[in-house]
Amino acid sequence: MVFFCKYMHKLVTLAGVSLLLPLTSQAVDLMPVIPKAKGQQCVESTDKMRRNHMEYILHQRNDTLRKGIRTPKYSLKKCIECHNAPDKDNRVAHISSKQDHFCSSCHTYVAVKIDCFECHADKPKKTQYHPTSREGH
Amino acid sequence: MKAIRYLQIEGRSVGYYALLGILGLIVAAGGLAALYMEHNGHYVTGMNNQIVWGIPHVFAVFLIIAASGALNVASISSVFNKKAYKPLALLSAFLSVCLLLGGLTVLVLDLGQPDRLIIAMTLYNFKSIFAWNMILYNGFIAVVAVYIWFMMEKRMNKYSRYAGFTAFFWRLMLTTGTGSIFGFIVARQAYDAAIMAPMFVIMSLSYGLAIFILVMMASYHWSERELGDATVRRMTNLLGVFIAAVLYFTLTYHLTNLYVTENHGVEAFILRDGGLYTQLFWIGTILIGGLLPLFLIYFPATAKNRKMISAACVMVILGGLATLYVIIIGGQAYPLEMFPGKIVESSFFDGGIKAYTPTLAEILLGTGGFALSLIMVALVVKILRVLPDNMADANVDPHY
Amino acid sequence: MKQDTDMNRRRFLGQTAGVAGLTIVPGVMLYEVQARPADQAASSSVRWGMLIDTRQCDTGCTDCVTACKTENGWGSTETKSSPEQQAQWIRKVKLTDKQTGHVQSLPLMCQHCETPPCVDVCPTGASMKRADGIVLVDKHICIGCRYCMMACPYKARSFIHEPLTDQKPHAPRGVGTVESCTLCVHRIDKDGTPACVEACNAEGHKAMYFGNLNDPDSDISKHLKQHGGEQIRADLGLNTGVRYQGL
Ligand code: SF4
Repeated sequence: MVFFCKYMHKLVTLAGVSLLLPLTSQAVDLMPVIPKAKGQQCVESTDKMRRNHMEYILHQRNDTLRKGIRTPKYSLKKCIECHNAPDKDNRVAHISSKQDHFCSSCHTYVAVKIDCFECHADKPKKTQYHPTSREGH
Repeated sequence: MKAIRYLQIEGRSVGYYALLGILGLIVAAGGLAALYMEHNGHYVTGMNNQIVWGIPHVFAVFLIIAASGALNVASISSVFNKKAYKPLALLSAFLSVCLLLGGLTVLVLDLGQPDRLIIAMTLYNFKSIFAWNMILYNGFIAVVAVYIWFMMEKRMNKYSRYAGFTAFFWRLMLTTGTGSIFGFIVARQAYDAAIMAPMFVIMSLSYGLAIFILVMMASYHWSERELGDATVRRMTNLLGVFIAAVLYFTLTYHLTNLYVTENHGVEAFILRDGGLYTQLFWIGTILIGGLLPLFLIYFPATAKNRKMISAACVMVILGGLATLYVIIIGGQAYPLEMFPGKIVESSFFDGGIKAYTPTLAEILLGTGGFALSLIMVALVVKILRVLPDNMADANVDPHY
Repeated sequence: MKQDTDMNRRRFLGQTAGVAGLTIVPGVMLYEVQARPADQAASSSVRWGMLIDTRQCDTGCTDCVTACKTENGWGSTETKSSPEQQAQWIRKVKLTDKQTGHVQSLPLMCQHCETPPCVDVCPTGASMKRADGIVLVDKHICIGCRYCMMACPYKARSFIHEPLTDQKPHAPRGVGTVESCTLCVHRIDKDGTPACVEACNAEGHKAMYFGNLNDPDSDISKHLKQHGGEQIRADLGLNTGVRYQGL
């Protein structure tokens, strides 16, 4: 049931997001504050990303986990690296902060529950191999 | 002999509402417990990485196999064409579906990710007994629903025997499937046995019939309708046979296990050294679930007394829960045999007997499922015409 | 053809890894050799495996366990769970022979079976084996039924009993799902070595080998051929990818 609701929410989201786009100028305070990304250009146009990001990462997740295909283009890790980069004071948002985390800000606004970050890291972290793997390396 | 009339129970007495109220409270408590578990994660339960299935699974498996057994009366009437059982076939079918729904609810709510149920319903790994069971359970509900429809709809009556046949075979598969969940686990000493599946079938016959007799007697008693001794007698006799069969299978299971040296450890654990599990086995399964009810059913002084018969049925149910506790939890408490002939120690509790202390939440979830089944039955007999208005001996054809 | 070069490269790496870990700055080797292209799927021509020499494994040593914790971020993350509920991807097991009193020590983790019981029983297909023999849990579709834990003969799997935060980006793990040793699949896909093996060798214990079991010239295959390697619970016929010497 809950799952079904998620899908309903997704539909509502799509409708909601597309409806809201032309309204930005008038209804600024109603809009979620979407944190700026680090990079210049996303892997697809904003329009496409808004509509299809869930498809992209769904597809990628199966390729990566089940087949070991690790292309960076639609990698969730990359999304987070760019969209939730540390600010100049080196602070990063946690998924639970409804305004500051890129994913949360919009998903809270449109009331779509996501469970990606029950497992996935919600902020970037440098992966470094530990040659001697001692704690603290 | 009069024609049988099916009538709703009146269901306006204080007693009836009290029953609904109490069951409703237990269901609500179970629901809250499930929410609590989902919100916090399973750390609020006594289950852990050593005992991965706990009390909820005891209740769920019990209800699921009892569901198949509750269909006995309907099966006997349609498959074996015994007219005396016919009038109660409807109740039997409804009870069966209600028990299954209760059991499945518990099973689903105990999942780590209950809201991914849709995944379990859409992605099937056909090598998995569990996945097969999803199909068996859903199919069972569908098959019995058709069966009920054929029985209730006059024009379809003539087909009800065929539906009854289908339901009969389906439920045998269902219990075999449930038993195989354990039987196919090669890793664990206590489970790796082909006898698990037939044993579950026999257990289901016994538990299901016990619940049926209780529900039947309670419905007739509380609605002040007549229920003849012959009908009750017929069913308790059958129950006696099933109880004896369960005892026989239990004996065979342990004897064959004892024959294999490799299994001596786990057998000694269950039969002699297991503390709680040993007590549950001897006192729960053998005494309360087996010998005592057999005595009550066959001893002339108690055999006719409805109170004693109820007591016997309750004992069968308690014994059944104890049996499943020993099988499911006792089977996990005993360590995996990875390194024969060695004492095994590790930070992950290898080697030792594992402890399990259930918390209130998981017990409430289990009892909630049971109450859910019963409340559904209570509503069904009030809303639908399921219960024959008079089951006095004179009304029932005694010659079949 | 392409596959062949790939194999050669891995072979080369397998042979030098042990030395490289000790003598040269470790990362250097890894950067010079190019990993399997990111857009290419793992192939069944490879089967990753591990060999553990229990005679080199010291009872008191937990370097491999520590390395795994650091690498994959488990160990101190579950604060509410009881010790019985906390996840362990790899653990040190001490064996004492009942007859002789002989003591052995070995690390135990997912054995990456060729025919894994956990994969057979999983209702949704979340428990899976990758083409190159690595057994994983697809947590996206794991419903947390724990049937795989019931079925695993090695008690290799753990269930997560509470919500987690601050996971490692390369090792997602979360509440209500089941997890186990991934053979450091994220490293393998970049031509690395599992953290436990690396740590064991870096400390000079030399009790763990990692490599391609399908390649007769790999270090691990040669070792296995020469000295043999037993499976735990070989009676089950699971053909495990992790083998032990001196059991
Ligand atoms: S717990 Fe997850 S991985 Fe394990 S059998 Fe269940 S669904 Fe599959």
